[in-house]
Amino acid sequence: MFKLRYILGQIIAFIPFAMGIGYFSDSPSYTYHDPEKALIMVSFSHASEHKDECRRFSQEELSAMAPNMRRPMDCSRERVPVYIELMMDGQNLLSQSYNPTGLAKDGAASIYESIPVEPGQHEISVKLRDSSRESGFDYEGNVSINLDAKELFVIDFRKDHNGFNFQ
Amino acid sequence: MLALKLLLRTGFEYVEDCFDIIFGAKWNPFYQLGALGWFYYWIVVVSGLYLYIFFDTGVTQAYESLEYLTHEQWYAGGIMRSLHRYASDALVVMIVVHLLREFAMDRFRSARWFAWITGVPMLWLVFAAGISGYWMVWDQLAQYIAITTAELFDSLPFFGESIARNFLMDSKLSGRFFTLMVFIHIAVPLFMLFMMWIHILRHASPKVNPPKELAIGTFSMLLILSFVKPALSQAPADLKIIPATVNLDWFYLPVYPILNDVSGITVWITLILATIFLMFIPWMPPGKKTPVAEVHLDNCNGCSRCAADCPFSAISMEPRTDGSNYKLEAVVDADHCVSCGICVGACPTATPFRTKSNLSPGIELPEDKIAELREKTIAASEKLTGDDRVLVYGCGKSLNPAEITNEEVGVVTMPCIGMLPPSFIDFVLSKKLADGVFLTGCRDGDCSYRLGIKWTDARLASERDPHIRKRVNQDRIGKYWAGLTRSKQFFNELTAFRQRLKKLSLLETETAAESKQSSEKVDV
Ligand code: SF4
Ligand code: SF4
Repeated sequence: MFKLRYILGQIIAFIPFAMGIGYFSDSPSYTYHDPEKALIMVSFSHASEHKDECRRFSQEELSAMAPNMRRPMDCSRERVPVYIELMMDGQNLLSQSYNPTGLAKDGAASIYESIPVEPGQHEISVKLRDSSRESGFDYEGNVSINLDAKELFVIDFRKDHNGFNFQ
Repeated sequence: MLALKLLLRTGFEYVEDCFDIIFGAKWNPFYQLGALGWFYYWIVVVSGLYLYIFFDTGVTQAYESLEYLTHEQWYAGGIMRSLHRYASDALVVMIVVHLLREFAMDRFRSARWFAWITGVPMLWLVFAAGISGYWMVWDQLAQYIAITTAELFDSLPFFGESIARNFLMDSKLSGRFFTLMVFIHIAVPLFMLFMMWIHILRHASPKVNPPKELAIGTFSMLLILSFVKPALSQAPADLKIIPATVNLDWFYLPVYPILNDVSGITVWITLILATIFLMFIPWMPPGKKTPVAEVHLDNCNGCSRCAADCPFSAISMEPRTDGSNYKLEAVVDADHCVSCGICVGACPTATPFRTKSNLSPGIELPEDKIAELREKTIAASEKLTGDDRVLVYGCGKSLNPAEITNEEVGVVTMPCIGMLPPSFIDFVLSKKLADGVFLTGCRDGDCSYRLGIKWTDARLASERDPHIRKRVNQDRIGKYWAGLTRSKQFFNELTAFRQRLKKLSLLETETAAESKQSSEKVDV
């Protein structure tokens, strides 16, 4: 008799538990990106030029070094920041410097930016400076794109593959 | 913190009282949270093994193989997949409620720090297992999880190359990531099993299986849920398209939406600090460690009953060191002992019938000596009047003795009711210190020291040593496991018990008078 009561009790108690599990296992849905917009992502890592030019050691400097430490060039390890400018239809979407990674600032700079944009036809222009020059850019890429809503457009950069790469 | 704990504890006890009515104490899931966790874990493992047989670990084939299982083979693979998901979700619920409840009930102090501290990493493991599992489906949710998780890792300063970049273009997506996910999804649960074993290592008779009826009930619930709402994939992942809206599993992924507004490094710091905070809870004030049980070899006969009854495996029986003729002696491991006194209740030498000067049993708690228990018993009974005098023995974790004490009822408390040797009941009744003995403690099925109530019930029923002597009139023993919240029922039970005692006294007086009369007649 008691058992029957407890079995019924279990059924009554497990129904809301099951409903809770069933519901929260995939609901409520979560929107993390405006479905009306496309997304431009600038994502790459790039090792910029060293901050100072390499210079040849003088004969005196070389003779002052321990024989096993002798090398012809003196190169600073530190790299300059990578500067990027992204324009869309003449409008600036991004202009930012990215510091090189590593304690000695000798690693590649890592760029990872996502910029939601309106879908449609756009003229994209992206420029990159990776040297110690004061103005101007070392690389430039232009592309005309037609983006759908929710479409992802990736701007990649690879020095050994002619610079900017659009996907 | 103390107020929060008390609030939580009272909340739990009220909810559990309702569940006692619905499920009965034996099947109450709140008393079986750990065991239910184990049960869900095994459902996840078995269903996972089945899914693994059909799962294809290729980047493009993973989704298709799951679609096949879900739709073509819905009656087996589909159900297994749903069971896998829902049992995993239930596992998270069990772990979180279990943790909150142990916190609320203060079951992490002294030697119990071990179970607490080995339980905390389980949170990380269960989430790692769940997240890697969702990743393997390679649908839009997986795509979102992959990118967001990778971004979270990228926020750490140790990774030079961005991991998230691998999930932006199909051309960069490597099958090795899938292999890694499969590996994580198998290795983490295996490690979790190891941690679960460590977690209960210090518990004697750990509860790793829920009662059969509860297991059937909860499994049926998961099975029916699997039929009614089968677990489905979302649209296949396509790295060129942003999913924008995803159906999150909120049991496993509640942190992900936060990452949209808060930096990854802030989330890491918060999670790590929260974990460290959780880890240190056992040492938070008031964390006074009560002195552990002490063995008095002069009185220990090496019978092993204390070792058999200790719920925390804190006693081992070792070869004798005092040159006595007994082979073994009890040895207490101070790091495991939680000072519950259950071993004292088991020791045959802990009896109040021995003379006061010689009342040092084989084992006892330095702060709750058996001689003091005897004194308290006598002192509490001296104040009692009437023919329904009751001596209540209770544990320090349940009702407040001040609320109970009056002219007819005296109260003696101890750390756990399992500390009461049955000989004390015999002592009270045979010395006529009270007309009845009433026992109370934590709620049935939920002893704060795990086995105190179980052993007490067994000792009173003469199913476990030390038995209560046959000469004790069981009608003069009452019990109600009240916990903190059931004071109303406790007083009802106590009143009913006293009425029974009154009737009993009346009956005994009548019987005595009758037998006196008949013996007088015989004499005439
Ligand atoms: S008091 Fe006794 S029963 Fe309790 S944990 Fe210590 S040794 Fe074990
Ligand atoms: S129960 Fe008492 S007598 Fe028996 S081994 Fe333990 S301490 Fe010794």
